[in-house]
Amino acid sequence: MDYSKYLNKTIQSVKPSGIRRFFDIVNEMDDVISLSIGEPDFRTPWHVRKAGIDSLENGKTWYTPNRGFKKLCQEISGFVNRKYNLDYNPDTEILVTVGGSEALDIAIRCMVNPGEEVLVHQPSFVCYEPLTKMCGAQAVVMNTKAENDFRLKPEELEAAITEKSKLLILSYPNNPTGAIMTKDDLQVLSEVIIKHDLLVISDEIYSELTYKDKHVSIASLPGMRERTVVINGFSKAFAMTGWRLGYAMGPKEIIAMMTKLHQYCIMSAPTVAQYAAIEALKNGDKDIEHMRSEYDMRRRLVVGTFNAMGLETFEPLGAFYCFPCIKSTGLTSEEFCTKLLHSKHVAIVPGDAFGECGEGFVRVSYSYSINHLTEALGRIKEFLEEL
Amino acid sequence: MDKLLRLLSDNSTYSTSELSMLLGESEQAIKERIDAYEKQGVIKGYRAVINWEKVADSGVTAYIELKVTPTKDKGFDEIAERVMAFEEVSSVSLMAGTYDLGLTVKGDTIQDVSSFVSRKLSTLEGVLSTATHFFLKRYKYDGTVLTDTAVDERCMQF
Repeated sequence: MDYSKYLNKTIQSVKPSGIRRFFDIVNEMDDVISLSIGEPDFRTPWHVRKAGIDSLENGKTWYTPNRGFKKLCQEISGFVNRKYNLDYNPDTEILVTVGGSEALDIAIRCMVNPGEEVLVHQPSFVCYEPLTKMCGAQAVVMNTKAENDFRLKPEELEAAITEKSKLLILSYPNNPTGAIMTKDDLQVLSEVIIKHDLLVISDEIYSELTYKDKHVSIASLPGMRERTVVINGFSKAFAMTGWRLGYAMGPKEIIAMMTKLHQYCIMSAPTVAQYAAIEALKNGDKDIEHMRSEYDMRRRLVVGTFNAMGLETFEPLGAFYCFPCIKSTGLTSEEFCTKLLHSKHVAIVPGDAFGECGEGFVRVSYSYSINHLTEALGRIKEFLEEL
Repeated sequence: MDKLLRLLSDNSTYSTSELSMLLGESEQAIKERIDAYEKQGVIKGYRAVINWEKVADSGVTAYIELKVTPTKDKGFDEIAERVMAFEEVSSVSLMAGTYDLGLTVKGDTIQDVSSFVSRKLSTLEGVLSTATHFFLKRYKYDGTVLTDTAVDERCMQF
């Protein structure tokens, strides 16, 4: 059968992620020491796992309400209020989803029509552009720059806006660069957003992992709440990636529409994960603090070591990645990563996997033990000396 | 607790430059702090964590519970000092609970340890009783997992 004749044309037109090809090579090699994983190395805190186990022991294995347990929505509402000064009604303005990923997908689908344009800054997480295309909309890429600490500048946004522009997807703290946006950065950006009447999806999945100032959500700025859907989740803050639990918050009209989509395609997020998440929000502050302080030590070690090796690395203030510039080696990102992999068996991710403007950079995850990091950094140093 | 001490207790081979980056302090400050800890006797030494089970002829270790009679002025200190003077004894602690001193004792063979306990230890003045437990296998020692380390099961995602 010639499946291309039968299958959906839009989805066929979306390219598979470039990162996959590199991962396939890594997976075939033994003895690879990796700095490429994008999830916490910590285990979910025990009291959180226990809450999940208890729910199973008690046989609480039914569907939950479409929006998620009311108790969970209330805890989310309280958490984002005390952490980010956000104010969302747990009954109407919060939707619990299968990871932040589902929230992103359905938010985009609820907000854009075919032919409209979605503004995406890069380097950034790989799913925004494909999800946009699958809605028949067009992604317009804005390249953030190392000299601006990879923050999105108002003039960069202004320059990308056309009359078809509908939605801006913001992704800070940023994967892969570790960049953040301060309140001032968001303030000047919000003026452009309001002037051009754009909607915003703010993917704040790394919001608990910031290392100097506390995270600021764009939805907390004047005039932004009504046009913003904030996406967050449990994966990064509480080391709960495998539980697949996230949430979206926004005006009730948008959340109602997302809930409609969610109830048809998902029904409800995993029940066991929701019980665990309630415990995480109620009693997990010290776990977050512990993990953040560990990441912070590693962050300083990795960034300091790269700079000492002569690979210029701007100071990441969020997430658990750093983004060294490898242009001084004369290699492309992919050449650098492939050579490093074959000669020293160290896996890191080429920066261009996160957008063309990531060329000349590599993404290094520091979600590893200090001993693991020290070993890998030692090998990278040897590699550079032998180049 | 000072993170510097925690890091050094995890791995005493960190260089000053690594510690300086990890803690965000200057190398000079790190050196001075380590010197001060050494002078105060907080840091008592630097050594490797060895999994003796992988070393041939590394002998046997026993944990010994000791019930003793404290002396009038010195309490448990006097007997503890006499016990720790034996080179066979590698650690001594005063315990709360059903016995008084907890010891680890090393020897080449079970017979060596047994004879040390019966001839030297239990005959000491003030020792009321002993209970000897031999270590069969160590799974985790002083924070280090000694059985084969777990593999990183995380998958590469986008």
